[in-house]
This record gives sequence, structure tokens and C-alpha cells, in this order.
Amino acid sequence: MMIPACRLVDLPRGEAYRLDIDPPVSVFHTDDGEVFAIDDTCTHQDASLADGWLEGCEVECPLHASKFDLRTGAVDAPPAKRPVRTHAVHVEDGMIYVQLSTDAPNLPPCVAARLAGGPA
Amino acid sequence: MRTVAVVGASLAGLSAARSLRKQGYDGRLVVIGDELHRPYDRPPLSKEFLSGSLAEADLALEPDGEDLRVQWLLGVRAVGLDGPQRAVRLADGSEVRADGVVIATGAAARTLPGTDGLTGVHTLRTLDDARALRDELALGGRLVVIGGGFIGAEVASTAYALGLDVTVVEAAPTPLAGPLGETMGGIVSALHTDHGVRLLCGVGVKGLSGRSRVDAVLLEDGRSIPADIVVVGVGARPCVEWLAGSGIALADGVTCGADGRTSLAGVVAVGDCASWYDPRAGLHRRVEHWTGARERPDAAVTALLAGGAVEPGAPRPPYFWSDQYGVKIQFAGHAAGADSVTIEEGARDDHNVLAVYRRSGHPVAVLGMNQPRLFTRWRKQLAAAA
Ligand SMILES: Cc1cc2nc3c(=O)[nH]c(=O)nc-3n(C[C@H](O)[C@H](O)[C@H](O)COP(=O)(O)OP(=O)(O)OC[C@H]3O[C@@H](n4cnc5c(N)ncnc54)[C@H](O)[C@@H]3O)c2cc1C
Ligand code: FES
Repeated sequence: MMIPACRLVDLPRGEAYRLDIDPPVSVFHTDDGEVFAIDDTCTHQDASLADGWLEGCEVECPLHASKFDLRTGAVDAPPAKRPVRTHAVHVEDGMIYVQLSTDAPNLPPCVAARLAGGPA
Repeated sequence: MRTVAVVGASLAGLSAARSLRKQGYDGRLVVIGDELHRPYDRPPLSKEFLSGSLAEADLALEPDGEDLRVQWLLGVRAVGLDGPQRAVRLADGSEVRADGVVIATGAAARTLPGTDGLTGVHTLRTLDDARALRDELALGGRLVVIGGGFIGAEVASTAYALGLDVTVVEAAPTPLAGPLGETMGGIVSALHTDHGVRLLCGVGVKGLSGRSRVDAVLLEDGRSIPADIVVVGVGARPCVEWLAGSGIALADGVTCGADGRTSLAGVVAVGDCASWYDPRAGLHRRVEHWTGARERPDAAVTALLAGGAVEPGAPRPPYFWSDQYGVKIQFAGHAAGADSVTIEEGARDDHNVLAVYRRSGHPVAVLGMNQPRLFTRWRKQLAAAA
């Protein structure tokens, strides 16, 4: 599924935009001008990666500082141990579109349980 | 370097082993730890593991499939270090000779004198401690926590959620005044009273009463607080006794330079046992935070492999978190030395405060309660200003 996120001009470099879908997805605009999309929820616990520390092509989780590579989703070190799911991004006529991945998300246990059990 | 010995098999030791391999060290790597467990994560021991929402397997710090080519010597204590030879003596009489040594023996919970031998009295530092405490909390009853620091506060919050009757006793007039300052220490520790947990401040503990099992905590002002379970959360001391006689410089922990190098060549120290030089403050500080134990081994390993030929980069301001009563507490920087603290966002009654500590107008620390986004912005700013 392809979903429009926001206009590129509305997302300054170094910033992130969170799409409130379920599970949420975040779009990051790096300082080098690249755009990436990953699942917004950290794979360790319930933290929003859009609130994290963006540096180069990595975002550091705002809570316990695991870093995720925006290109591959790979995590550098604990406490998170699983990669975050990545999504393809297209920019067309100044609009950022996210092509949602069909892989299963790697949600943290607390969030996965909430989704499985219906609305929080 | 053909052999590196890491002493202490927890977060700092494992992070050092990872950094060694990442930085290209290809030789023999021995990790010595006195606990029987492979490295596990301690923060959940007072939170999700204690409450039962996280299982033991979830505490592992090594992801499946990670292979650092480490020779693990677990369940054996290091009892001495021969400085010039760089040989680590073990309790079983054996010895590990190495070209490089990483000291990562962490810290141990302090105890109160005269509390040995009574059942129902706990400290919390290890997985075994947490298992024992979890089993007792499951029985319910009255819990008295001695010490209103972070570990004590987290245990109180978890036990409250489990339905126990909880009292926290703190000797200082304000809990957490050391790390957070008086004002914010007061605001954060008000979480106890906001939830109906009793908080008794400014009163010391004289002793415990009970025959074989504890039945009360006796206070210096003569009061006696009935207790079925007591948790002693009065801080931690660095595990460095085993280094006595090695010639290594010790003060509060192992005295280190700004890159973790100790007074002995080929020996570095990391994590809760290490007191690194802070060039900005011009003094040594021992920091007992998870992120320090995880991040600093990188610099220490660089120094170890290079023999000290590189200039250490400026470290990030220290950062820690705590979870209490469903509130995410985050702190970065140093509160000591601040001359003002202002609440920039949120309200104390809503438990969503963002407070900035300043010295002569410059931000030196930031505290967040349920403010991860703003907190990260300020944390970045502190690092940039450093
Ligand atoms: C209950 C609890 C909750 C915490 N919560 C938080 C939190 O929310 N946020 C935060 O930032 N920090 C928290 N911390 C602190 C954090 O866990 C520590 O900073 C971190 O564990 C330090 O890692 P370390 O490897 O330096 O030391 P440790 O984890 O203490 O490990 C040292 C290891 O060395 C072993 N050892 C000691 N002496 C010897 C010897 N002579 N020979 C062989 N082995 C030896 C010990 O048994 C231990 O396994 C918490 C700590 C505890 C105990
Ligand atoms: S929630 Fe992201 S590292 Fe813990």
C-alpha cells in the first residue's frame, strides 16, 4: 500500500514526521537530504523513534539509546535486539509517499500484546 | 596484543568485548565473571522483571546468534591483579595472563550493618536478588523500603502496582536531592505520596526488629514501622577490593583518565567501578548509569589498543532514566553546580515536567518526566554546547 505522508518542504532536514497509522510509521529527513521511513515504535519498549536523536543515517531511541540504521533497520547495540522494519519512500511532485512493507513488524512485547488484544 | 582479559561479565564487560571485536582485535578474548549467568540487563530487575511482565530470557544482553569468540569463565571471582605481569588471579587458584586487561567489575549493593541473618530483608543488584524479592512480593503484605534513591523508588513503585502496602524511609530531608537537586528531587519523589505510598524523610534507621524474620523497621526518632518485607536501597559501592595490592590507583573506584586508562599500562576500567576524569569539570567522577557502561567501553578499548596514542573525543553528558508509577523520568548532565532550575514545559501535578538546570545562564542539565521528545532536544543541545 502506498500512502502519502507529508510534503517534503514541510519536513525540514533533521526532523521526523509520524504517520498515525497502526502501527505508526515515521519519515525522517536526514541532514544530508535523504528521506527514509521506518516503523515508529522502538523494538525494545514503547518509545516513538520520531522523538529520537537523528544523526547521519541513524536514529537513537529517545529512551535507552539503541541506534537504528534508517537504511536497513539494523540495531547497533542493546537494549533493543531486533531490527526495526523499514519502508520504501518515493517523492513525487514534492510529496513524500511511503510504500508500506509487507513484512511482519518487530514490535516490542508490550505493544504487540496491545495490538493483538484490540484497542488500548 | 594476543590476549585481552575482561573482568566482569555484565553490561560494561560485554560492551568492551564488542568494541574489541568491532575495532579489529582478533586475538584471544577471555571474559571473567563471578555470577553464573551470561550478561543480563539490570534496569528491568526493579521494574518489569520484578512486576512479572518480563521473563528471565528477555533480560539477555546478547542477541541470538552473536558470536564474539569469547572464552567465558563464569562463576569464578577474580581475587587479584598482578600489575606489571598483567595477570588476573582467580578464586580457584588459576591465573589468566593477558597483554591487556579491562576492569568492569561494576558495583555491589550497600547493606545496613546488623541486618544479616534476618529473613525478609533484601538488597537488589543481581538477578538472584530480584528472583528472591519477586517471590516474596508475590505473597503481598507490608513493604518498607529503606532509601528513597532510584532503586528504592522503583521498587516502591513496582510493589505499589502489585498491591502491597508500601512505606519509603529516607534519611535526607529530600529524596534524590543529590542527583536532581532539592527542587526537582522533591517534585519527583512526590510521586510516592501522589499514589498513597507513605514517604518518611529526614529520619534515619536505627535497626530492624524480628527474631528470625524481620517484623519492623526501627527509626532513630523512636518510631517502629511494621514490615513483612524490607528492601535496603542505600546505594552501591564499586567492586574494587580485589585490586588491593595491585598498585593500581583507587579512590572512589578505579581512578581513570578521560579515556578509561588507569595508572597501570595496558589496563583500562569501565562502567560502574570506574571513576573517569571529566575534563570539563576538572575532576574524577564515578557514574552509575546504564548508558555510560554501554558507551564508554568504546573509548577505553580504543585507548587500550592504541596504547594511549589517541586523543579522547569529548564524552556526551551523562544520561540516565528511571520508570516510576508509570512516569518516564529522564535526566542528562550534572545538577551539582547549577544555580537555577526552571520548569520550561508541563506541570508537576500532571507529571509531565521538563526542567532545565542552568549555571550563569548556560544549560548544564535537563530533567524530563514523560517528555521524551523535548527531553531529547535538550539533551542534544547540552551535547552540542559541551
Ligand atoms: C535494579 C537496578 C536498576 C537499574 N535501573 C537503571 C535505570 O533505570 N537506568 C540507568 O541508567 N541505570 C540503571 N541501573 C544501573 C545500571 O544497571 C548499571 O549502571 C550497569 O549495570 C553497570 O554495568 P557494569 O557492567 O559496569 O556493572 P555491573 O552491572 O554491576 O556488573 C559487574 C559484574 O562484575 C561482576 N564482578 C564483580 N566483582 C567481580 C570479581 N572480583 N570477579 C569477577 N566478576 C566480578 C559482578 O558480579 C557483575 O556481574 C540499574 C541498576 C540496578 C541494579
Ligand atoms: S525503548 Fe528503545 S531502546 Fe528501550
